[in-house]
Amino acid sequence: MTQDTYEPRPYRRRISLFWWTERRTYLVFILRELSSVFIAWSAVFLLLLVRAVSQGSDEYAAFLDWAASPWVLVLNVIAVAFVLLHAVTWFDLTARATVVRRGGRRVPTWMIAAGGYVSWALVSVVVAWILVGA
Amino acid sequence: MTDRITLQVERYRPEQETEPTWQSYEVPLREDWSVLDGLNYVKDHLDGTLSYRWSCRMGICGSCGMTVDGDPTLTCAELLTDHSPGPVQVGPLRNFPVIRDLVVDIDDFMHKLVRVKPWIVREDDDQPVSEGEYLQTPAQMDEYQQYSMCINCMICYAACPVYGLDEQFVGPAAIALAQRYNLDSRDQGARDRLDVLIHPDGVWGCTFVGECTRACPKDVDPAGAIQRYKLTAATESLRSFLLPRGAR
Amino acid sequence: MTASHDIVVVGGGGAGLRAAIAVAETNPQLDVAVVSKVYPMRSHTVSAEGGAAGVIAPDDSLDEHAYDTVSGGDWLCDQDAVEAFVVEAQRELLQLEHWGCPWSRQPDGRIAVRAFGGMKKMRTWFAADKTGFHMLHTLFQTSLKYGSVTRYDEWFVTRLLVGDGRVQGVVALDLRSGRIEAVTAKAVILCTGGCGRVFPFTTNANIKNGDGMALALRAGAPLKDMEFVQYHPTGLPFTGILMTEAARAEGGWLVNKDGYRYLQDYDLGTPEPKPVLRSMELGPRDRVSQAFVHEVEKGRTVDTPYGPVVHLDLRHLGADLIDAKLPFVRELCLKYENIDPVHEMIPVRPVVHYAMGGVHTDTNGATSLDGLYAAGEVACVSINGANRLGSNSLPELLVFGARAGRAAAEYASAAPEPDRVVPTQADDERRRLEHELFERPDGGEALADLRQEMHATMEQAAGIYRNADDLGKAASTLAEIRERLGSAVVEDHSRTFNTERTAVLELSFMLDVAESIVACALRREESRGAHQRTDFPARDDERFLAHSLVHREADETSRVEYLPVTITRWPPGERVYGR
Repeated sequence: MTQDTYEPRPYRRRISLFWWTERRTYLVFILRELSSVFIAWSAVFLLLLVRAVSQGSDEYAAFLDWAASPWVLVLNVIAVAFVLLHAVTWFDLTARATVVRRGGRRVPTWMIAAGGYVSWALVSVVVAWILVGA
Repeated sequence: MTDRITLQVERYRPEQETEPTWQSYEVPLREDWSVLDGLNYVKDHLDGTLSYRWSCRMGICGSCGMTVDGDPTLTCAELLTDHSPGPVQVGPLRNFPVIRDLVVDIDDFMHKLVRVKPWIVREDDDQPVSEGEYLQTPAQMDEYQQYSMCINCMICYAACPVYGLDEQFVGPAAIALAQRYNLDSRDQGARDRLDVLIHPDGVWGCTFVGECTRACPKDVDPAGAIQRYKLTAATESLRSFLLPRGAR
Repeated sequence: MTASHDIVVVGGGGAGLRAAIAVAETNPQLDVAVVSKVYPMRSHTVSAEGGAAGVIAPDDSLDEHAYDTVSGGDWLCDQDAVEAFVVEAQRELLQLEHWGCPWSRQPDGRIAVRAFGGMKKMRTWFAADKTGFHMLHTLFQTSLKYGSVTRYDEWFVTRLLVGDGRVQGVVALDLRSGRIEAVTAKAVILCTGGCGRVFPFTTNANIKNGDGMALALRAGAPLKDMEFVQYHPTGLPFTGILMTEAARAEGGWLVNKDGYRYLQDYDLGTPEPKPVLRSMELGPRDRVSQAFVHEVEKGRTVDTPYGPVVHLDLRHLGADLIDAKLPFVRELCLKYENIDPVHEMIPVRPVVHYAMGGVHTDTNGATSLDGLYAAGEVACVSINGANRLGSNSLPELLVFGARAGRAAAEYASAAPEPDRVVPTQADDERRRLEHELFERPDGGEALADLRQEMHATMEQAAGIYRNADDLGKAASTLAEIRERLGSAVVEDHSRTFNTERTAVLELSFMLDVAESIVACALRREESRGAHQRTDFPARDDERFLAHSLVHREADETSRVEYLPVTITRWPPGERVYGR
């Protein structure tokens, strides 16, 4: 080739299907996204529970039996883990994306996250009181 | 402690090969040498055919971004001793086409930069220069100052898996720079930048992986800039939906 | 392939971008190309830290800024140029503010100013301690607005096209493809910066090789005042990284190995706890650097593996002030010296920083070659004379970048089209470069060795103190190195992004520039500003109140002649600091 016609050929690396296994942070990200599936499952489970309660004590007992079966138990244990992951990452992300200024300085991220956790705790206490206490 | 360290460098010479190959070089391990100093030693004394970009060697020009032991970083700010005993793997920035050795093609970013209109837009009352400066308090400057620190090193694009999978994504630095102007009290161009940013390849392409902010050598926090804009964009859409005429 | 534009700007830093914008605003019908060997945001303007001077405080005046500049330059400044400069500096800095530059502010929102070396009043605008970075990015991003500006990124200009007594464009190497292209134009503006890399210890980036100075010299335009090379008093010892003068403006002290503020021994004033303008650590850079050399001779400096150093003490300023006003300094010390300036002293030494000399131009950036303009550090107008004051070079980029842009636009509107010599010259250049790259004899010397020899020669002969003997020997050594470059080894024979090829071109440019510096230094038999001769220690206004002008002859030797300095309002006096 003459110098007048040369065009360099750039190299484009192909991204592997398992790109998300290459870094710990990518893996956590994918798990975080996956947790939404388990959030959906928890919502469905809750609705099934409510429906069982509304149909009377027989249906409710049958539901509890079903919920105690091994695969449902395992599924729910995994779901709880993912729900916790979802909650923790949610508070962390929200805090990093929220910019609030007080007295000329930005409110630090941990404070906003702390606010989230505190609210969560308060709401949980209220819900627990309604369900258990009353 | 040994006084030598091996650099394993990812080479690519389009005139002789179709894919990258690895080449190892042994360089002195001095306690104040950066990886860039190691590369310069290779070029000066071992192999003059190694191509890479560098200029200021003090972390402000953004030329020397490369992948070192899997992480995108500025090689002038990366100490060799932090990677000892080695070997240290040095490759070009990910997610960009490789032109040659450690040199990548960043023209995609240059085009995207223009699209976000990174300049002061004044709609109406353009104060003439003769009347002095636009007043801007330190608090007002604080609003955008962090986003103005971007040195265009492209490390955030190399770290972003979304950009790696989809080249159309506008990307962290470009959106952070758009925000730098949107939040500058002197600018009136937020409307002009709306279309590029609320596009599916704009802020909505971002899934908040957060790697860009983690990798950024200048603490620009592009992930924060993008999420903030999502809030702005959503509010804007809601407002124009509820108050179609009043919103303007 | 030949591209053609109305105007070509070589270099995409502060001056180059400002010139391109000036052309676009003066006459949007003209199309202007910015040809730069790096992407514009990598230009060395980006590393400037301290600030940009412009009169703005109510108790300040243009006359005072002008006088400080003229006396700082040891009376070698052209006073008409300085007077025009101080007027426009203020306007340009405000224009940049309108374009979005984040100048630091006072609580009420007005521009803040700080003290700086050699200035009697506080007039230095600043953007934290990254002024050059913010200025460059503001200019670059603003330049993207103009449709008439085309960029050629990573195109390395190798020569100017000259025909019919005028410049008609450039020949450039497109780094990516290795193709050698001609870009014709009716006017060319050189904005390629200085030449610090001619010396071994410098604050300058790798790209500062004096390209434009060599291009102009080879095309027949003379260089001016090349012997005046500024040493910045505070650079880090191994890397040469700049510790901004702002650190001293905010109150930092320079102390020797005994913890003594030694500048008081050199007629620079008496030490006060707070900084006093034009005194002690806020003296002019040449005098402060020269004091270091004397301290070394007296054995009062600290020895390190990288040579003698003194200390810059910022500890008494406190973490709050350092984080607010000098955050980048703290970052650099931690990163490159593993030192926290809040708790420890910073080792520093003088390093080469700025070239007062450059391509000879008038106050509109026009050189003696028709169609050729120059602005910024590559040019010598001269507003800096024998020694530049800190914070004058950033506004210089803006003022003279704009002036050169406007002047070139006016010239190009009336100039004829490039003529037929162009393709022939471009072909010649292509053949020359192909031969250089692909037809070298085997078994030559390494480029790095030749570069190191040039460095050693310049450091020894053309440092802070010079003498006839050393300069004479240096002149022949440099000529000899230039010979040997012709047969040096180039291992990389590829076309794609061949940086060894550009390294050869850069070394060739640097040798031309080095020879000019030495030639001018040898002829100037006096001491003035940054040029100090141990064999001629006094200033000699009778013989040398003049600019040295160096031409490159056909036989590749240097011819030096003199041009009188323009004095308007301030007759030469004594430079007084600290009294």
